[in-house]
Amino acid sequence: MAVEIAFWILAPIMVGAALAVVLLRDIFRAALLLILCFFTVAGIYITLNADFLAAVQVLIYAGAIGILLIFAIMLTRNLKEGNPFNRLKLPALIVALLVFATVVGVVVSTNWATVTGVSQAVEMPVDQPTTGYIATALFDQSKGFVLPFEIASVLLLAALIGAIVLVKDRS
Amino acid sequence: MHFGLEHYLILSAVMFCIGLYGALAKRNAVVILMCIEIMLNAVNIALVAFSRYLVPNAVLLTGQVFAIFIITVAAAEAAVGLAIIIAIYRSRQSVDVEQADSMKG
Repeated sequence: MAVEIAFWILAPIMVGAALAVVLLRDIFRAALLLILCFFTVAGIYITLNADFLAAVQVLIYAGAIGILLIFAIMLTRNLKEGNPFNRLKLPALIVALLVFATVVGVVVSTNWATVTGVSQAVEMPVDQPTTGYIATALFDQSKGFVLPFEIASVLLLAALIGAIVLVKDRS
Repeated sequence: MHFGLEHYLILSAVMFCIGLYGALAKRNAVVILMCIEIMLNAVNIALVAFSRYLVPNAVLLTGQVFAIFIITVAAAEAAVGLAIIIAIYRSRQSVDVEQADSMKG
């Protein structure tokens, strides 16, 4: 019941903040509302029994990516242009509504209660801290994701070097 | 309707379509990147909802592990994407995607 109340508080704030990101004229306010949206997503993770993921969301999205976006807006801000639409405004709206109708149709018409057990995944009981179980799920010898984890570290290194090379002053 | 997976999936669909609309209809490259982040967050909500509700009275951790990888890739994508936007702004004094068309045939 508490989960349901939290969901109905968080979901409208999240959707409103996301709509404001798209519709507001001022890019800086849009970025601040995007950070609010990231925080509400962290709250939704907590209602889904994903406490570690909520902490990661606040640290990486609300913290790192939010600050990065605000830096980029400060460095490239063009006050008189604001946040305009391009000439695809109406076709984009139609495409988005079609995608939405398709996804909602599939979600409503599918019977999700068919799965009873999965042998290849790490399972845990509800309402427990997830951090230790996520460590097992990531690094377990047979069910783990050790190779993707190592590749992710190479990806982060490549992105770090690439970002520095791209913004370095060549003169 | 009983509260559960469907609510989260529809919330995820709403967020994804808001992000899709913004990514298609905006002119400022930074705002397009922000809308892509909204779409990635929507997918993460769907993955975590599946990890919680697909098997009753248990949490399958695979969905949360996938969400962690998506967050990693999103951080790398945001860093490189914003670096590209700043490089374009330096050479053209604009972040309007309709003016960045020098590769158009």
